[in-house]
Amino acid sequence: MYYIGLDAGSTTTKGVLFTETDYIDKYLLATAGDPKGAMATVIDYFTTHYGKADKIITTGYGRKLLPSDLAITEITCHGKGANYLHPGITQVVDIGGQDCKTIRLNGNGGVLDFNMNDRCAAGTGRFVEVMMRTLGEDIATLDTFIQGATPVQINSMCTVFAESEVVSRVAKGEKREDIALGVCHSIAKRINGQHAKLQAPKGEAVLFTGGLSQSELFGEVLAQYLAAPVYRDDLGQFAGAIGAAQIGLKKFSLQ
Amino acid sequence: MKVKTELPEIFEDFGEARQQGFLKVKSLKDQGQPVVGVYCTFMPEELVLAAGAVQISLCSTSDETIPAAEEDLPRNLCPLIKSSYGFGKTDKCPYFYFSDLVVGETTCDGKKKMYEYMSDFKPLYLMQLPNMRDNDRSQKLWYEEIKAFKEKLEDFFGVTITEAQIRDAIILKNRERQAKKDFYHLGQLNPPALSGAEIFKVMYGSQYKFDKAENIASLEAATNAVKERYANGEHLEKKPRILITGSPMGGVTEKVIRAVEENGGVVVGYENCTVAKAVERLVDEDETDVYKALSDKYIHIGCACMSDNHDRLDLISNMIDDYQVDGVLDMVLQNCTPFSVESRRIKNFCNDEKDTPYMYLETDYSESDIEQINTRVTAFLEMLEG
Repeated sequence: MYYIGLDAGSTTTKGVLFTETDYIDKYLLATAGDPKGAMATVIDYFTTHYGKADKIITTGYGRKLLPSDLAITEITCHGKGANYLHPGITQVVDIGGQDCKTIRLNGNGGVLDFNMNDRCAAGTGRFVEVMMRTLGEDIATLDTFIQGATPVQINSMCTVFAESEVVSRVAKGEKREDIALGVCHSIAKRINGQHAKLQAPKGEAVLFTGGLSQSELFGEVLAQYLAAPVYRDDLGQFAGAIGAAQIGLKKFSLQ
Repeated sequence: MKVKTELPEIFEDFGEARQQGFLKVKSLKDQGQPVVGVYCTFMPEELVLAAGAVQISLCSTSDETIPAAEEDLPRNLCPLIKSSYGFGKTDKCPYFYFSDLVVGETTCDGKKKMYEYMSDFKPLYLMQLPNMRDNDRSQKLWYEEIKAFKEKLEDFFGVTITEAQIRDAIILKNRERQAKKDFYHLGQLNPPALSGAEIFKVMYGSQYKFDKAENIASLEAATNAVKERYANGEHLEKKPRILITGSPMGGVTEKVIRAVEENGGVVVGYENCTVAKAVERLVDEDETDVYKALSDKYIHIGCACMSDNHDRLDLISNMIDDYQVDGVLDMVLQNCTPFSVESRRIKNFCNDEKDTPYMYLETDYSESDIEQINTRVTAFLEMLEG
């Protein structure tokens, strides 16, 4: 049987395909203001290559936009997905386009506690994206851009004010890469505060997922603030979709 | 007095009580009945009853009047305070309009400072609530404040309040409390006998039934009707059982109840102002000093404006056990400092002492966060189901 885990995020829509035993394939595209269309595109991709899937499990903010066999929140899915990628992990930080989640797990993918910042762009992938654009760079080049830089201190946490701060620092002639690294530090600091609210044991290893987890250097900055080992995974951006597929195959394959 | 005896008419009757109360209060005023408007459950209603007046709960739960309030008050202030002030200032709350006297208490900082401005356009009396409750000096202060309030009522309405009248009022209010308790304790039934939305509707509406005898009879009818239905085997399916605690709830913030019940949970109990917080403990009818009886009762309301607030922990602890609670949801209004700071203690207490999952949910009087609330609450319910 084929299971599609489909994560309808604000910035990107992610899908993964599993059988009961194996990971088969993945697909990602920009949501671009049309979450329903993006979800359909992911399903079409898998249908074209592997035939019609038996079960579709949706998650993310668009989880109820398409009829599916099961819709589960991104919190639960990220917990299960993180445990699939890194069995036994107890801490998850997921930085997506629109929100940042910190989750405590029971060591078996079950959620013990969580919190979300979904009120404000500060502390999300969007914040980095906006600042990089202001600096004239693409977020995809983040690692090469900030390599070897010395971070400046960014004081504004509001995205709009931080943007003016970045502009004025550029005008003062500060190095753009130093400013970009400063932006990463300011977010990591804020996320450490959010994670601390979970009152997890200090120094416990964290799996870093979500779009921003593609940046190795950001992971290192995050590790400094969390004072804990931070693991990343090539499929980190797909953690929610993987969790959805895992929940689905557990539920439906037992029937 | 006509009391409805069938469900769901009883629920509808309570649901409409606040709206219908507008007309009732007008006719009471036309008959020369004095009216005292209040915002908070610390107010000893027994004294108002003993003075022959009616006490009503003033409007504070809609964002409609917040823009008007923000002309005078800071934007980043609790929405309940802004809404209360705005309703008064714009005269959009009939209950405020018909109140001869508004009585406030020095609960949180925002409220006590807001009352200073409110007194510019309304006769307002402020009771000094102590910040602590566990020492003789604080208890003495509150005792004296209760006595002073009695004198204020006598003076303001030109009446004499006797101890016998206070004693009668204590007995009547206790009967009303007991009728309320008997009703919301139905939430302890497992599987659930009724939804949390229904419990809240009745409890919220019962604040606006000014005829105490009628209110008691209606509450008893509701309790009996639900019990009868339950005895006939009618009940809701078993779902994760949620206890709501935190800032005052009502109006727009009932969105939190819906988020729980539309996403697979059931609200079985409320440790908040409208339900158990101010009702659970009765006034001691055997206490010879009526003022001491009243001050002892009201000072133990577990509001986060008190330090330290162990009374809240005690009530939450009992409710988790009595209602077989699976998860505690702490709803805190944005910029409500006392409840947001206290949340950490509540969380640790629930997790460590009661082994019960806890979630913190901050919201305001807008509808814009409903989807985020749905996601968080659903994730919490998924977590409870494992």
